[in-house]
Amino acid sequence: MECVFGLVGDGFALVAADTSAVHSILVHKSNEDKVMILDSHKLLGASGEAGDRVQFTEYIQKNVHLYEFRNGIPLTTAAAANFTRGELATALRKNPYSVNILLAGYDKDIGPSLYYIDYISTLHKVDKGAFGYGSYFCLSMMDRHYHSGMSVEEAIKLVDQCIMEIRSRLVVAPPNFVIKIVDKDGAREYAWRESIKDTAEVSAA
Amino acid sequence: MKLDLSGFESTPSLHGGAVDDVGEDLFSRPSFQLPACSDFDGFQKDAVQMVKPAKGTTTLAFIFKEGVIVAADSRASMGGYISSQSVKKIIEINPYMLGTMAGGAADCQFWHRNLGIKCRLHELANKRRISVTGASKLLANILYSYRGMGLSVGTMIAGWDEKGPGLYYVDSEGGRLKGARFSVGSGSPYAYGVLDSGYRYDMTKEEAAELARRAIYHATFRDGASGGVASVYYVGPDGWTKLSGDDVGELHYKYYPVVPTPIEQEMADAPAA
Repeated sequence: MECVFGLVGDGFALVAADTSAVHSILVHKSNEDKVMILDSHKLLGASGEAGDRVQFTEYIQKNVHLYEFRNGIPLTTAAAANFTRGELATALRKNPYSVNILLAGYDKDIGPSLYYIDYISTLHKVDKGAFGYGSYFCLSMMDRHYHSGMSVEEAIKLVDQCIMEIRSRLVVAPPNFVIKIVDKDGAREYAWRESIKDTAEVSAA
Repeated sequence: MKLDLSGFESTPSLHGGAVDDVGEDLFSRPSFQLPACSDFDGFQKDAVQMVKPAKGTTTLAFIFKEGVIVAADSRASMGGYISSQSVKKIIEINPYMLGTMAGGAADCQFWHRNLGIKCRLHELANKRRISVTGASKLLANILYSYRGMGLSVGTMIAGWDEKGPGLYYVDSEGGRLKGARFSVGSGSPYAYGVLDSGYRYDMTKEEAAELARRAIYHATFRDGASGGVASVYYVGPDGWTKLSGDDVGELHYKYYPVVPTPIEQEMADAPAA
């Protein structure tokens, strides 16, 4: 089942997520990217109901872009997090979105940051966070092995440890994961961790 | 059980108690019969579900070297009752795009027709055909706006546009997935079993059609709610064509040959067991 987690390191923040699109017992897709590149220096990892997840994250992305076009400066990570929380909170008493979000970003004079936003609009600034069934494993794992000022290598090692733990201990473990990173040079895909490949995607590529 | 509507009347009934036998029907308060059950709302919901056809279905579509193959069975069932063996579950949206039908038949048919209209309007307004990406998003956004209101749609939008072959899965929960291989409906796990093991990207058109037909056949064999005719469509650069429509009963002889057991052998085996 769904696993989204992330952490803040030395000069960068990172978000990892599973890439399975599941419907009851069926895996419809095993390469669905659940970490959106929100703008040049922001990552938005989301888990939750499939429809809500896509609609809400696209809505946030489009509005963050609109703000940048109108005002000529991008939102800071903190501002984007507060905006996202606000939209989620307004919707909460009308037609709530079932989406949990990890928002990672890098701001010039603030540095990297990570925000935890859940479907009932809780907003927290954290340096490590996780959602979904995988969170039971990675939260404790990150509590044990995380320290401030981790290098990219250390952080990736920890993420790989988390992925391996999920794959080996979680009954309904997803096979594939995507890892994305944001630092002073921008937000980008870092790596995929795939234990099964979609044959069609391989041959099409 | 009768629902008493007298409370809605503006003036009290003229015929208090003095109604003679003849006038009783004519002058009695308006009322209608309700089904005898404790949970009326639940009953009504179940009743609607029971008469919603095409719940059990097998549909599949996949992209390969030469284009997209779309295939489906043709059975419509209402609970345990088979209401039709000749349903068109592959809906022709326009000459370059097909939709498949799983879930509520009416919901699928209506929203595909609606999508067809929107695609044609896009074509007239922009002087070019809509992309599969765009069309599937139109449908997904409509379904998302009605989510939780009882629509039941599980569909694949397959077609050929300026970027080549396209395939999307769209459902009434608002989900929309891009992919190269999908199967939808109650028979889909069976169809996936055959499809995944036999799939190669560089198949020929004939091989692909054969794989799709086999997958549908094997799904109809194991899934009681799927059956009838296995139709196979192909979408290429010049639009869609229907490749085949075979009664799965006939396909059974081809795909599931029964090896006759010699009687002597049966008798020889019996005492040992």
